[in-house]
Amino acid sequence: MREAAIVGVGCTGFRSTMPEVSYKELMFEAATRAYEDAGVDPRRDIDSFICCSEDYWEGFSIFDEFVPDQLGAVLRHLFTVSADGLYGLATAYMLIRTGAFDVVAIEAHSKASDILTYADIVAFAMDPIFNRPLGGHPFYVAGLEMNRYLHETETTKEMCAHVVVKNKKNALNNPYAAYGANITVDDVLASETLFYPLKRLDISPLVDGCIVTILASDTVARKLTDTPVWIKGVGWNSDTPWLETRDWGRATHVELAARMAYKTARIRNPRKEICLAEIDDIFSYKELENLEALGFCGRGEAGKLTEEGITDRDGDLPVNPSGGLLGVGYSLETSGLQKLLEIVLQLRGEAGERQIPNVGTGLAQVWRGIPTASGAVAVLSTNYR
Amino acid sequence: MFAKKRVAVVGAGLTLFRRNLKQTGRELAYEATRMALDSAGLTVKDIDCVTLGTAPDAFDGIHMKGENLLDGAGAWRKPYSRVFVGGGTGVFTANSGWWHVASGLFDTCLVVAEEKMSSCFPHPQYAFTTIFDPIMSRPLGMNLVWIFAIEMHRYMHVHGIKKEQIALVSVKNKGNAMDHPCAQLPAKITVEDVLNSEVMVWPVQRLDISPTSDGAAALVLASEDVAKKVTDDPVWIDGVGWCIDSTYWTNRDLYFPKYVECAARMAYKMAGIKNPPKEIDVAEPYDPFDYKELHHMEGLLLCKKGEAPKLTEEGVTQRDGDLPINPSGGLLGVGNPIAAAGLMKVCEIFWQLRGEAGKRQVPNDPRTGVAQAWGDLMQYGSVIVMRS
Repeated sequence: MREAAIVGVGCTGFRSTMPEVSYKELMFEAATRAYEDAGVDPRRDIDSFICCSEDYWEGFSIFDEFVPDQLGAVLRHLFTVSADGLYGLATAYMLIRTGAFDVVAIEAHSKASDILTYADIVAFAMDPIFNRPLGGHPFYVAGLEMNRYLHETETTKEMCAHVVVKNKKNALNNPYAAYGANITVDDVLASETLFYPLKRLDISPLVDGCIVTILASDTVARKLTDTPVWIKGVGWNSDTPWLETRDWGRATHVELAARMAYKTARIRNPRKEICLAEIDDIFSYKELENLEALGFCGRGEAGKLTEEGITDRDGDLPVNPSGGLLGVGYSLETSGLQKLLEIVLQLRGEAGERQIPNVGTGLAQVWRGIPTASGAVAVLSTNYR
Repeated sequence: MFAKKRVAVVGAGLTLFRRNLKQTGRELAYEATRMALDSAGLTVKDIDCVTLGTAPDAFDGIHMKGENLLDGAGAWRKPYSRVFVGGGTGVFTANSGWWHVASGLFDTCLVVAEEKMSSCFPHPQYAFTTIFDPIMSRPLGMNLVWIFAIEMHRYMHVHGIKKEQIALVSVKNKGNAMDHPCAQLPAKITVEDVLNSEVMVWPVQRLDISPTSDGAAALVLASEDVAKKVTDDPVWIDGVGWCIDSTYWTNRDLYFPKYVECAARMAYKMAGIKNPPKEIDVAEPYDPFDYKELHHMEGLLLCKKGEAPKLTEEGVTQRDGDLPINPSGGLLGVGNPIAAAGLMKVCEIFWQLRGEAGKRQVPNDPRTGVAQAWGDLMQYGSVIVMRS
């Protein structure tokens, strides 16, 4: 079967607000950088474009209408996947494996600063009959989930705070990151409680930004670049949309998505075979829960690993060296591509001050956020076989 | 642009198209999904992945509507995602099912399209006010019928087409729908009825337009190996195509849908079709308005530009004509629950090529069919070519 590799990435960087540019200008900037990086002409070389967006984040119905011009995709093949950018990557991977496509571009962006009532928009994703009438900021779901996870696994709030400290520190070395900081566990614990037991600093803040990624088939990838980053496996999965019946103490959809990705990537022992991971950390406890679901450690062990420094950038298993969503910022459907970008830069050896030496295989994972139980995983490697 | 693996359709399901206040979107999706699985002789356990299509979240007022519908579509604890290309979504969802299987990652894929427009009060047109550019167009208070009236006018002007010729499409499709068990607005009407119906936005009149609706449709797709085990007569998806034109529709000449041509060429190339009018036996072009059927026949290269009205007048596009167009009754007759209506067209081609279309069956054993949908701001074409 045909292999696929990432041959180009383009990013605008992330900031809490970018009032000087529209989403169209953000997309143009990221796309131009990605095309330049890959050495492709969108009017000639790209067989399909994939945009990842949700109408309500954008304030439009049928947002698909507004994407072709700034990507160079007018009268070319383009479509929208209503999900995170990592789903876009999985889709592009499938297109290339069919044999009918050689180069596919994936775009995702966030203009979260245009959303004046974020909590109300998220509330529209709650079940309209059973959950939405309960009111309140929907992040209470994360509070409940964190409580259950801490209870079932005997993880502590201090361990979760450790994740925040680590990720914000990592972000200080990432020029794309908006929320790098040197803070302590006590700072996190002393911050305001918003959705018990979630504190203000346990929650990743929203940012604006855009990423475009170019995927190519093996023969084309080798022509375009000396440093292709191969897609070894992708997986995505959804647990039930019903809050009432899902597992609250573990991320079942991540376990299933990982199983799918590991199968194609032929990974049996993720801890040994994967050198670094960029995983979902919209909320601090999620990084720990996801580490366990991805099979990097047993249930209830992720907190200890984090306290021991194993997931630090210079640790045995660096997790979120980019700064993660806690340090870079939460860019809605772009989150998955931001994680993917970091893996690509690390595997290419282009991560600058935060470069981890001798890394060959990396993993990116993303969750679609409250109130979903859906997410995607991708395993990448510098090795073709 | 050739795929290595063949993908087959092995089952299809379709709900009634109606204003249906008592069923939720999930229940509609469940009904169609269940029918498709039953017709394929499979259960949800045999399904490897699910792809869903549904048009704007604003109809239901549910953000991330795909997530909300997932268990109705049989996607619990399965790889699941939603594609969205406006009105083109229905046919495009089948395209997305194709690549799930053609990639070799999955052996079976459930394709589900759902639409529930009746929950949008007072009318789904209000949801459509938010599809326009917020600075340039939205302040005008536009709705869809306005812009399609502009397009219809331009098409009529360039080719010198009369309203009487266009009305024939509505007469034909509503007549065809008399034989469709799911149809919402089947009717025996005349050209005079269309021309005497209420003017909405000139030249569009009430009977030129398809009705808003609720409904769902579903397909089961399988790889070649699995298809041969579960059915004796699979229908193969041999070509898929899609294309988008510029957002700035005011800068385009609306008389011809270039994006449909581009999507059709992509699908025809994949399917190895060189002479579409000769090689295609039955077609389901998108007909939310009667002029759109003509417009899309030309976009699909089934005839020359401006020739579609003549073919219609000569009866070539009748169910027993040389090139049957919309034998199902199309959106004008069966109804227009947007994403579900697009997939209904793919279901119809599936049934026609299997010889299972009952009273709607096109004569002479059709072997090759094409379905097409149209979406976004008069800018999107999605096309699928199927063979028995």
